[in-house]
Amino acid sequence: MEETKYTAANYKSDQSVRWCPGCGDHAILNSLHKAMATIGVAPHMTAVISGIGCSSRLPYYMNTYGFHTIHGRAAAIATGFKVANPQMTVWQISGDGDGLAIGGNHFIHAVRRNIDINLLLFNNKIYGLTKGQYSPTSERGFISKSSPYGTTEDPFIPAELVFGARGNFFARSIDVDLTTSQEVLVAAARHKGTSVVEMLQNCVIFNNGIHNHITDKDFRAERTIHLRHGEKMIFGKDSNKGLVRDGFLLKAVKIGKDGYTIDDVLVHDAHCQSNFLHQQLAMMDGYDLPLAIGVIRDVEGLTYNEEIDHQVAEVRERKGFSSLRDMILAGETWEVK
Amino acid sequence: MLEKPNIKVLDKVVVRFSGDSGDGMQLAGNIFTNVSAGVGNQVSTFPDYPAEIRAPQGSLSGVSGFQVSVGTGVHTPGDQADVLVAMNPAALKRNVNVLKQGGVIIVDIDSFKEADLKKALFNTGEPFKELGITSQVVEVPVTSMTKAALADSGLDNKSVLKCRNIFALGLVCWLFDRPLESALHHLKTKFAKKPAIYEANAKVIQAGYDYGHNIHASVSTYRIESEEIRAGHYTDINGNTATAWGLIMASEKSGRPLFLGSYPITPATDILHELAKRKDLGVKACQMEDEIAGVCSAIGASFAGNLAVTSTSGPGLALKSEGIGLAVMAEIPLVIIDVQRGGPSTGLPTKTEQTDLLQALYGRNGESPLAVVAPASPTDCFTMAFEAARIAIEHMTPVILLSDAFIGNGSSAWRIPDTDEYPEIRPNYLPKNMMDGSWKPYKRNEDTKVRYWAIPGTEGCTHRLGGLEKDYDTGAISTDPVNHERMVYTRKDKIERIAGNIPELEVLCDKDADTLLIGWGGTYGHLYTAAEEMNKNGNKLAFAHFRYINPLPRNTREILTKYRKVIVAELNTGQFADYLQARFPEVRIERINKVQGQPFLVKEVIDGVTKIMEGK
Repeated sequence: MEETKYTAANYKSDQSVRWCPGCGDHAILNSLHKAMATIGVAPHMTAVISGIGCSSRLPYYMNTYGFHTIHGRAAAIATGFKVANPQMTVWQISGDGDGLAIGGNHFIHAVRRNIDINLLLFNNKIYGLTKGQYSPTSERGFISKSSPYGTTEDPFIPAELVFGARGNFFARSIDVDLTTSQEVLVAAARHKGTSVVEMLQNCVIFNNGIHNHITDKDFRAERTIHLRHGEKMIFGKDSNKGLVRDGFLLKAVKIGKDGYTIDDVLVHDAHCQSNFLHQQLAMMDGYDLPLAIGVIRDVEGLTYNEEIDHQVAEVRERKGFSSLRDMILAGETWEVK
Repeated sequence: MLEKPNIKVLDKVVVRFSGDSGDGMQLAGNIFTNVSAGVGNQVSTFPDYPAEIRAPQGSLSGVSGFQVSVGTGVHTPGDQADVLVAMNPAALKRNVNVLKQGGVIIVDIDSFKEADLKKALFNTGEPFKELGITSQVVEVPVTSMTKAALADSGLDNKSVLKCRNIFALGLVCWLFDRPLESALHHLKTKFAKKPAIYEANAKVIQAGYDYGHNIHASVSTYRIESEEIRAGHYTDINGNTATAWGLIMASEKSGRPLFLGSYPITPATDILHELAKRKDLGVKACQMEDEIAGVCSAIGASFAGNLAVTSTSGPGLALKSEGIGLAVMAEIPLVIIDVQRGGPSTGLPTKTEQTDLLQALYGRNGESPLAVVAPASPTDCFTMAFEAARIAIEHMTPVILLSDAFIGNGSSAWRIPDTDEYPEIRPNYLPKNMMDGSWKPYKRNEDTKVRYWAIPGTEGCTHRLGGLEKDYDTGAISTDPVNHERMVYTRKDKIERIAGNIPELEVLCDKDADTLLIGWGGTYGHLYTAAEEMNKNGNKLAFAHFRYINPLPRNTREILTKYRKVIVAELNTGQFADYLQARFPEVRIERINKVQGQPFLVKEVIDGVTKIMEGK
């Protein structure tokens, strides 16, 4: 990664970190400090805004401007912040409960507006701070304190919501994969618009191992694929597997087997305007097809805050009022002498 | 000037335009108001419209009214009308009770056919007799005259019928000697993009005016006195627009950019509309996805360094409670505008009440004090919106501005202030010498207890705020019991100290009376008029009106304890009376209450006060 005038230490606050030992949040915080140093935006030009939940404690551990707000509302607060002070780089920290349950409405509307914030969604598929209830990303049948006989509802898949809200940026990483995490965080910061990064995070106390079928070292290489723009979609311990088109769908094949060659393997195009293939890639779950990590979609679009600024500049220029009084006097008035 | 027999000279008159909600009564009323203000009258308006956008045509539920009082000494739209314009039988039935003894009714007799009477649930073919009307009724064939005037206009029948309101307006203009040129000017502005419609309306208003001239032998006309008013430029303004403009003035006076996060809700939406237009002054108004996002985006904008505002009505204020609590805890400036309407729940969305006072004062979890102010009239919305912003910024606190549907929609003539008539607003910025990285975010000015404001983007003062309790000194999260109690009292103390930065309470009317009438917020006009009338009739009465609710003005106890009888009149079941009673147990507070979704009538206040005064 390139050098800037800041190091990870410049972004660390003096507060001691209070997450449980072994919590995936430690690794993500670490990745974020390092990514910020790489991005090189000064701490005083950075704001970190969170909701409520274990992950939402994160702003206290940053030496930036920070705001630990209320449950579910971080996206709305971050939106107002960015519109009001667009020079700042704004990060939103939310968990799956904060972002997709109580804050689901604000989440989809932030994505729809394409406000220029970086939205980190820590997904551990559980409510940790309230001690172990199922979350909107828990699988059907998941047993928890509030679902002792298993849930009777289907989960959200965060990427699907992002695409449903016409999102322009979606990336995914795993808490323990620091390299990929830094890579996607930097990409998220450089993308203009709402950049959603899903962090698969392990809750060591209430949902330990929930991502193990993907993250376990023994088969991580076989069950994940690291997507990079412009590169072939290849995965596997021996880099001998690839993704190919199968009608309208995707298929994982072994290169050199069943007549498939490297030429059949798809090249990842994160900048493609159509999100058709991005959706299929993001929906892969590590079972039949490998779970995708890295930047899955990264497309330019008009941002909410910049368009407001453009409109303000354009209308001010056109009308040319110097003050409130000036504006009122240009309307319907009469004079009493 | 036309020769007018039967001229009555009055210091003020009240006209009520009424018709179907699609008949354009609000437009006719607005133009009459503007024209009257333009000739130097004081004006006060009361648009009274149904919640339904278009109820069944001709039905009682679809009646829309616009009442305006013009003349001198005008503080209310008037209890009763001198002239009632009723465009159909339903409008007549709904409004006949607001007509003054000896008033005049003008009806469009063309719309009093059998079918029309049926729609308005008349039982007989004689509506005037059925309603027991003894006043003069001027039966004007408004529809057929309008059609005749536009026979050659080429307009389709529907467009022609839409001009009926303007015929009635023309007639009323003649009746009150209003200059048609001024009315034409307003029509031209209204229909700037539809020249054909303007031409038609111009023809019709003249026809209405001429019709009045031709029948003048049969109806008395009025000359209204004008008042000597302060020199300057004037405009007609309603309370919601005044609120929006007051905030812009506060933005200019504080140097902080103005941000509005809002969600449409009756009767507050016009504030969002106005501020959305004011991108031409650099205002950023965001229509968010819900009420909660409205307040939360404003909280974000406040933390980011803007003068941040959210606008709503009662149900929306309920939704914003948690967000407002965060602003209390984070100690950031925030203005919350509640244009009160009838409640609870969806209640009476288009009607007025003062029933959100306790919600504003106490409607949050925990000990959560904030400042509450309330404008007294449409034009006072400008001043009190400015004050709300000034208090929010100078004291780092959320402030709730309690407006209401009556003053929000009502309008009066307003002298456009010079910029230097309003004070500078001085944010409690973090001093430069504290920007060395050692500053802690809950450090306070020890005199005011106000914490310092460090605007994000400034080097040397990065900090973290949040909804969790913080240590008094370090600003780090703290669950220490003693620290928590200290912070609770500090936040309370901070709000109480605002009393040193607001004006004292003034006593109006007869200060030396034994009885003091008290009001707050949008009832000022009615209460003041009632008090003046009582004094005129020899019943001594002092009057004090609260615009600063929390904290109360510092001389409140001194004034309350001076009077033998203290009466609080308000449009709820006694919320402000309870609030005062709890603070001043040595004063016995009497009450006058009304909860009908309608403003007080002056007569009701006089009757109420008289009863209490006589009650010994």
